[in-house]
Amino acid sequence: MSSIRKPAAESAPHMASQRGLHRRRFLQLGLAAGGAVLGARYAFAAPGATDARFVFIILRGALDGLSAVPPVGDPDYARLREQLAIGVPGTADGALALNAQFGLHPGLPFVHEAFTAREALVFHALATPYRERSHFDGQDVLESGLSRPHATPIGWLNRAVAALPAGAAHGAQLGVALGQNVPLVLRGPAPIASWSPSKLPAIDDDTLQRIADRYVNDPLLSQRLADALATDRVAAEATASSAASAPMTAGESGVMRASTIPAAGAAPTAGMPAQAPGRYLEVVSAAAGFLKREDGPAVAVFDTTGWDTHFNEGGAQGQLRQRLGALDAALRIFKETLGDTWSRTVVLVATEFGRTAAANGTRGTDHGTGAAALLLGGAINGGRVVVDWPGLSARALYQGRDLRATMDLRSVIKSVLRDHLRISARTLDAQVFPDGGIPYAADLIRS
Amino acid sequence: MTIVAAAAIAANRFGLGARPGDLAAIGEDPRGWLRAQLAGGAPLLAAAVLPSTQQILSGAEPIVRERTQARQAGQTSADPAAALSLAMRLPQYLRPIYVNDVQARLRSALRTDRPFAERMVHFWSNHFAVSVDKFALLGIAGSFEREAIRPHVMGSFRDMLLAVETHPAMLLYLDNQQSVGPDSMLAQRAARRGRTLGLNENLAREILELHTLGVDGGYTQADVTGFAKVLTGWSIGGGQGQFANGMTGTFQFRPLVHEPGAQTVVRKHYAEADQAQATAVLRDLAVAPATARHIASKLACHFIADDPPAAAIEHIARAFEGSGGYLPAVYAALIDSPQAWSGATVKYKTPQDYLFSLARGLTLPPESEPRILAAFELLGQRQFAPGSPAGWPDRASDWDGASALMKRIELSDAVAQKLADQRDAMQLAPELLGGALTAATRESVARAASPAQALTLLLTAPEFLRR
Repeated sequence: MSSIRKPAAESAPHMASQRGLHRRRFLQLGLAAGGAVLGARYAFAAPGATDARFVFIILRGALDGLSAVPPVGDPDYARLREQLAIGVPGTADGALALNAQFGLHPGLPFVHEAFTAREALVFHALATPYRERSHFDGQDVLESGLSRPHATPIGWLNRAVAALPAGAAHGAQLGVALGQNVPLVLRGPAPIASWSPSKLPAIDDDTLQRIADRYVNDPLLSQRLADALATDRVAAEATASSAASAPMTAGESGVMRASTIPAAGAAPTAGMPAQAPGRYLEVVSAAAGFLKREDGPAVAVFDTTGWDTHFNEGGAQGQLRQRLGALDAALRIFKETLGDTWSRTVVLVATEFGRTAAANGTRGTDHGTGAAALLLGGAINGGRVVVDWPGLSARALYQGRDLRATMDLRSVIKSVLRDHLRISARTLDAQVFPDGGIPYAADLIRS
Repeated sequence: MTIVAAAAIAANRFGLGARPGDLAAIGEDPRGWLRAQLAGGAPLLAAAVLPSTQQILSGAEPIVRERTQARQAGQTSADPAAALSLAMRLPQYLRPIYVNDVQARLRSALRTDRPFAERMVHFWSNHFAVSVDKFALLGIAGSFEREAIRPHVMGSFRDMLLAVETHPAMLLYLDNQQSVGPDSMLAQRAARRGRTLGLNENLAREILELHTLGVDGGYTQADVTGFAKVLTGWSIGGGQGQFANGMTGTFQFRPLVHEPGAQTVVRKHYAEADQAQATAVLRDLAVAPATARHIASKLACHFIADDPPAAAIEHIARAFEGSGGYLPAVYAALIDSPQAWSGATVKYKTPQDYLFSLARGLTLPPESEPRILAAFELLGQRQFAPGSPAGWPDRASDWDGASALMKRIELSDAVAQKLADQRDAMQLAPELLGGALTAATRESVARAASPAQALTLLLTAPEFLRR
């Protein structure tokens, strides 16, 4: 080893632009040397493969739908919710009006604007087929799309991606997970990228090439490395090109990073770690940067946690308000960064199940059943609350405690996949959601 | 399998990663090396100068009180700058405690001569996960591991379960401290004043689902509600208002909020009074066959494969049942499972596995501790911060994302750049990987263009990314 020459350039700091160049240069090397392994995975998709964009924001921990979308017109709502109840529209800190029956939590002003602009649909009293109350099984069903937990290691969105014509034809990554790892909903045979901001210095091409060579006989690692390189290249270009439209700063390692944009109306209360408002923004800006590219991914998944509000949930103000405020701010930035692409985009916001109809004994709510969900985007035929409201009377509640589910969340998803991503009903019924008897929700997408 | 490969399995799959010299010391009896670690008592932290939960929470009390008084006196709205500095005092007090604890944990992982015992500490700490994602846990996630987990890792599951569920950290994390029986004296008193107090079923559900029986362990929503009633009164001393009595930072049973009367939990009637009622339920849950199967499945997943063979689970579960949950007997069954010794590397390392093994393999010096701790965050596994009470996941698909792999590669490279002058990758490769070292990796390291590159190639080798 002592005879080995140490290249002097190796320890030089890498600048942002160099990182992209390094990766691109490596890609050429890769094509020359390890092309058989790495070939054909460098772009997300062939340009023009699909225009439609779909984003799934998972709210892990069970969002309280009765607070996010308060049924202010229901005669039992205020009584059940006690101090958690959101006031009727027009009162101080009251709900943002949707119609006579429903409002939005006052922490969701952007969603309300989108609803008013007919770019948002609000769903209520819906659920996956799961009827127990474990977060982890509930999330498994939400992501697998089947009726039982742990029925498959493949997510419904991966099956949908596999059905996109461009995905099958080009072996391109049509999906990206915004995080280091891929959540179940995107896992499966269709290649999926994952991306998260890096704070580490970039690595030189020669070392990367050697690592790639070492992984040649390791299918998992060679696939992952190729995916990472492709995504990094797109990320470098996307963040560079969106620098003009959204405020970005170069981080210490030279990777482009979104600056923290304070969200209006979501200031952290004293004593809480000051993390809530800005924490989604970097990832959301990057996601928008990916999706607006012509060769960008068709679908993206963004995971959020912290919705499990058993204790001191708060009503119009408080813990849940902070979370909703951060989500709302992220959606606003997402739309602004997307620019024109917003008109071709659908965002689904959904959770594993709802929470108890009544407040529990500790100013929070426990695990429930019927939930609320949102669809947003320029492609949405919006401005409606889509619900078959079962009511909150003692007799109407599921098992005497939860909002009853009157709609299958998969009806909404199926409809979006058919009418927006243009996946055939036949494929959807046979492969993506093979459980029979799930109808398509009507008229969700602008025709 | 060669003896050398078995030594590597003992050090890397069962332990926390081989240090130079470890494989030679393990030699020809890797099973004996592991069994020897079952003796020697509880794997406590060597330097026990860290504060207890009681001390930590007692120290926080005056800070919280001062803030509350300032708020009530309207001072916070009058002077935002003063309000902010007051609000920052609690995090400023708690954060160094958290850092000291994770540093002590790291030091123990790097220096212990009983790395299998230490891995079991991590396993149980993750099984009974609490998270500093919840701010109230910031100071006491570490003391929870020291007080409720470590003393029982070589004892019985029942004792660990009781220590965990009575620990302030778990009671706070799963919101039981203010759960009130609907027919308790306090609830009745509140009702007369027009206030409703009642149950919070979070702890009851997660004990059944995550800590003991498992999600398919045969309980219903009625069992969750019944058990939540049984658990009312399990709380923490100190606090404010109607929960003010008792010694701060210690378990406190509050008879006034306990739901009176007998309850049924998983087909059994519990007529005990007060605190003894939940203790009785926990004692039964600790030895239930479903619990044995649940624990055995998690152990097999951790040591054998993401989807372990049923026979291995059965073997471990029988040892659990046969010993009444005596953990060294359970570990012995695991060590005896032939499936645990198959394949040179079968489990994809979590970021924690990866960083502990990297730091041990390179014998990183104490001054690099802050950087190692920062690396946990970079790789997505900040210490004591799992995203949910289920703890960190334990399967490859949860950790093998493309972006996650690139971060390991970048981190390895950064470490290699710093250490290339002091560590020889060619010498280290067999020391760290033993019989798991492949010809392909040996060749790739040998042909490297620089010592730093050689080290990066070793640290990113497929057999170093797995255990």
